[in-house]
Amino acid sequence: MKEMICVTCPKGCRLKIDEQTLKVSGNSCPRGTVYAQNELTDPKRVVTTTVPVSGAILPRCPVRTSAPVSKKLMIKIVQELKKYSLTSPVKVGQVVVENILGSGADVIVTRNL
Amino acid sequence: MRDLIIVGGGPAGLAAAYGAYEKGVKDILILEREDTLGGILNQCIHNGFGLHRFKEELSGPEYAQRYIDMLKDTTVDILSGTTVLELREDRTVCALNSRQGYFELQAKTVILAMGCRERTRGAISIPGSRPAGVFTAGAAQKYLNMEGYLCGKRVVVLGSGDIGLIMARRMTLEGAKVLACVEVMPYSGGLTRNIVQCLEDFGIPLYLSHTVTDVRGDRRLTGVTVSKVDENRNPIPGTEMDFDCDTLLLSVGLIPENELTRGAGIEIDPRTNGPLVYDNMETTLEGVFACGNVVHVHDLVDYVSEEAARAGASAANRILGKIPEHRAVHIKTDGAVSYTVPQYIRENAEEKTVSLSFRVRKILDDVKIQVSDGQRTVFTAKRTHMAPGEMEKIQLPREAIGDARDLTVSVEK
Ligand SMILES: Cc1cc2nc3c(=O)[nH]c(=O)nc-3n(C[C@H](O)[C@H](O)[C@H](O)COP(=O)(O)OP(=O)(O)OC[C@H]3O[C@@H](n4cnc5c(N)ncnc54)[C@H](O)[C@@H]3O)c2cc1C
Ligand code: SF4
Repeated sequence: MKEMICVTCPKGCRLKIDEQTLKVSGNSCPRGTVYAQNELTDPKRVVTTTVPVSGAILPRCPVRTSAPVSKKLMIKIVQELKKYSLTSPVKVGQVVVENILGSGADVIVTRNL
Repeated sequence: MRDLIIVGGGPAGLAAAYGAYEKGVKDILILEREDTLGGILNQCIHNGFGLHRFKEELSGPEYAQRYIDMLKDTTVDILSGTTVLELREDRTVCALNSRQGYFELQAKTVILAMGCRERTRGAISIPGSRPAGVFTAGAAQKYLNMEGYLCGKRVVVLGSGDIGLIMARRMTLEGAKVLACVEVMPYSGGLTRNIVQCLEDFGIPLYLSHTVTDVRGDRRLTGVTVSKVDENRNPIPGTEMDFDCDTLLLSVGLIPENELTRGAGIEIDPRTNGPLVYDNMETTLEGVFACGNVVHVHDLVDYVSEEAARAGASAANRILGKIPEHRAVHIKTDGAVSYTVPQYIRENAEEKTVSLSFRVRKILDDVKIQVSDGQRTVFTAKRTHMAPGEMEKIQLPREAIGDARDLTVSVEK
């Protein structure tokens, strides 16, 4: 049995997972099961950062990955995004980079600017 | 005379406006100091907002945008770039902006949604010199996430509040080295989720029961000394550790921003630093309601929205002439429970349950939350884990209250 805290949402459920059967308990929702199983095999996180934007009320536009990506890729993705910039107007959900670094997730805008 | 004026256009103000609109109030005005709506959410670019409210994991600005979009097709008026200077007892709101100058508006109802401010170095005492390089975590967050300016390269974080934890990760991802997070209490002040994904994910050490005992540097910070503290929070000689750093981030708590509230003569609860409220989120000044971080510090925006929607609906009820009973039940606390919101419950037939929020003073495992009326226990709920950094909520059925004069909330083994 391995114990861990689900970080998928701020509720932070205390999960127990059986290393052999991958059976999860202690979760309040199905995301907890997926989280605990991933955490044993390939831990994943959503990456959030900003990208420069011109012509807007702010110089930076917040962005995030559309899905959790492998934890190992986090810093690489933030560094890779330094190569990109945007021009106003941008809208929530607009794709900045598709399938960034082969992670399977897109990088999307999270603020209308 | 306006029906409803809302002070603050953060998540609380936005949800309050929508809540009142849905109940049939059409004449609503939001006054917001900044040029844009969304409050603190605009600088919280990390994800983790809205899982309860929208069943999706959004960033702060995305969450705010949802509410801004919901208000688009309504009759809610918004005046941004407008600071409210004073609230009078007759619900006159005095405000200032660069287009109209100073003006006064009276309203049938007012909702206070001014949020929180960060505690600064002055609010806690740190010895040592006063060089540049000491920032509140929220200021550093604003510089980095909104202006693109990274305020340092080698960082120590004092306090384990959520903003500090979030900034430890954010600055690491931007290439800074975060050397340590130092917390004076024996437990963290932030959400467990943030300890895991902001510190543990990046191997940043968390020193519990430690504090900063010296700050060095002439013009710019060059280092800090960290010492272990005893149970009375006094530094223990001989435990000093030195860190070479150019930046010290303070994440030592938030204080509800209640100058306007005090000015209007509204009673403040010294435990929350926010106004005393009834279950309909009305303050001790009739027709004036409050919600969100101005009432008590929330860790989840989803709960801010929920509380604010209730304040909006209650203001609507007052405007529509549905006035709550005067008899009020006082909610007391005992033992590890540090406060409750609301502090008073009035009779009100519409909602079947009362939503009661509170915090505990220490970490507790496998406990029972109990509500008693002095003679008997009227409500219980089990919890496997409770921590000061995580707000608790119970739904108290109104019928459980009966004709009690007061109720006591406690936590028992
Ligand atoms: C760093 C940080 C991280 C967080 N992380 C999470 C998370 O991961 N998940 C989550 O769910 N929640 C999170 N939260 C909590 C959540 O963001 C807050 O609880 C929420 O924003 C509070 O909303 P509010 O409307 O009460 O206050 P605020 O957002 O502070 O809004 C108050 C508004 O009132 C305006 N105002 C104040 N005074 C006046 C005046 N006199 N006149 C006019 N306008 C005025 C201000 O300009 C501001 O826009 C986080 C909070 C912080 C600070
Ligand atoms: S199990 Fe579900 S509710 Fe619990 S923390 Fe994980 S995502 Fe949140």
